[in-house]
Amino acid sequence: MSDEEETQPTDEQKIEIAKWFLLNAPAGEIQYIAKDMKAVLQDETLYITAAAEAFPLYNKSHMICLDFPDRSGEVMVTSFSEIGENEYLDPRTAQVAIVDHVNQVCRRARPANDEELPTPYIEEYRYALDIEVTKYVSEVYPKGICSVHCVNGKDVEEPGMDFELVVVISATRLSPQNFCNGSWRSIWNVEFKDEAQLVEVRGTLQVGAHYFEEGNVQLDAKHECKDSTMFTVKLELEYLSPEDSAHSVTTIICHQETEYLNSLQTSYSKLPDATFKDLRRKLPVTRTLFPWHNTSQFSLRKDIQKSLGLEKKK
Amino acid sequence: MEAAMGLMRRIPPKHSEAALSALLSLLPHHSADLLSQVDQPLQVLCDVDSGKEFILCEYNRDADSYRSPWSNKYHPPLDDGLYPSQELRKLEMEANDVFTVYCDQYYEGGTSSVYIWENEDEGFIGCFLIKKDGSRTADGRRGYLEEGSWEAIHVIEVVPLDEATARYCLTSSVMLSLTTNDESSGAFSLSGSIRRQMNMDLPVDEGHLCNMGRMVEEMESKLRYSLDQVYFGKTKEMICTLRPPSELVQTSLPEQINKRRS
Repeated sequence: MSDEEETQPTDEQKIEIAKWFLLNAPAGEIQYIAKDMKAVLQDETLYITAAAEAFPLYNKSHMICLDFPDRSGEVMVTSFSEIGENEYLDPRTAQVAIVDHVNQVCRRARPANDEELPTPYIEEYRYALDIEVTKYVSEVYPKGICSVHCVNGKDVEEPGMDFELVVVISATRLSPQNFCNGSWRSIWNVEFKDEAQLVEVRGTLQVGAHYFEEGNVQLDAKHECKDSTMFTVKLELEYLSPEDSAHSVTTIICHQETEYLNSLQTSYSKLPDATFKDLRRKLPVTRTLFPWHNTSQFSLRKDIQKSLGLEKKK
Repeated sequence: MEAAMGLMRRIPPKHSEAALSALLSLLPHHSADLLSQVDQPLQVLCDVDSGKEFILCEYNRDADSYRSPWSNKYHPPLDDGLYPSQELRKLEMEANDVFTVYCDQYYEGGTSSVYIWENEDEGFIGCFLIKKDGSRTADGRRGYLEEGSWEAIHVIEVVPLDEATARYCLTSSVMLSLTTNDESSGAFSLSGSIRRQMNMDLPVDEGHLCNMGRMVEEMESKLRYSLDQVYFGKTKEMICTLRPPSELVQTSLPEQINKRRS
């Protein structure tokens, strides 16, 4: 190893490195990475700075779910539910959770103010969709959580204006004793467009899995469903109840997610014989093992033929 | 150091190069350990004489130069670099030629290199390397992969036991990644790295190259199978646990609810 002096990284660089490691932690593994990172950095202050910046981003990206201290419900930490620094709204119980990101707990809760909540008109739609989605999630995901938020137009009071809801669904399975963790995240944007009289549904699905018994293997799959012609629900907003629109939207979500799961399974089934082959065949074209003792039976490329002598090995 | 290895096990394999260089900058005193225990993506250089590529690794490096197995020259040139003995060089040349054919048969392309050098006590060490880019813009014959890479490093320590037998200790590591991408299913990306060991005592009547070659072949097949079935299989299992595929989930929810009510 050449003995050039490694220039020590600056404090800023060290913080960036720690942040990078934390942010790239697979689902459910950030605390393990945190522990190892502390040991590697050997500098409490630097670590604390990095963690303070990285944890909120990680938590929101992974849409972690935290219980309220009084067990009155749970809140999902997402960019859609964020209403202030470290404050996240749970529309179901109309509470705001004050969250400690680094320790991934909810410290306390307070009731939400009127300004933080949507209008009763919007809440009808939000609530109806929440009911349908919760039903769907409980049927399909053994360990799923979901939440519906209004991200645009929460102050709309009557028909005639556009508004937008977001459905977030998250399911995680953590099995560190089996060296396996995984997560499924879906984000569905539901836009109610008054002038066009339709509802447009767009979604992003992200699935990850990590298996690390004597190795390190990860799946990272992502899909954006944005062909709006497929998912628009024509509706007469005046005549269509919130319940009906909720039902239609949930049907779309269910259909798309089922399709996506099927396509994932198809990808896996093609692996051993098709996809993998582009990396390495199971056997040569001859369907026999390589004849190490006698390579002359192959039709060799010209340059190899020349240099290969074809002598018997000693 | 243990913490560093812990980090490497959790970071997505596609980021392992960045992770390793980050760790090296934070833990310069552990660089020797890190470099020997963590696999890094393989790089290649082009041999000046033959124009053929060769793979770079610790075993053909001296100072900042790398020795080509084709011309036996250091790139960039080195005044007093280390070279294998004449006898080992002969074995090395033979190994490279045969291994190229092996590589062609299994990898339908790709680059291979073999380096052989004396061991401290007796015997010698051989290192077999393969680098395959399976993306459709490179050597991916069927065009499935938007991105795909298989890199294997096999290090065999050979120690003669007596006139007729030798002990072969093989340590192999494979790093692979593959990504498929299409309109209907989005981006699907699997990546991973595993290491395994295998020891065998074998008769030398057919020569060392045969023995080493067969071990490498057996090991690679095992690793391929393991990655495909066990490792990737586990990730698939995990997804099906998260969201069980079910014929029962109707897309028209009210019917189902009504059925349950009646």
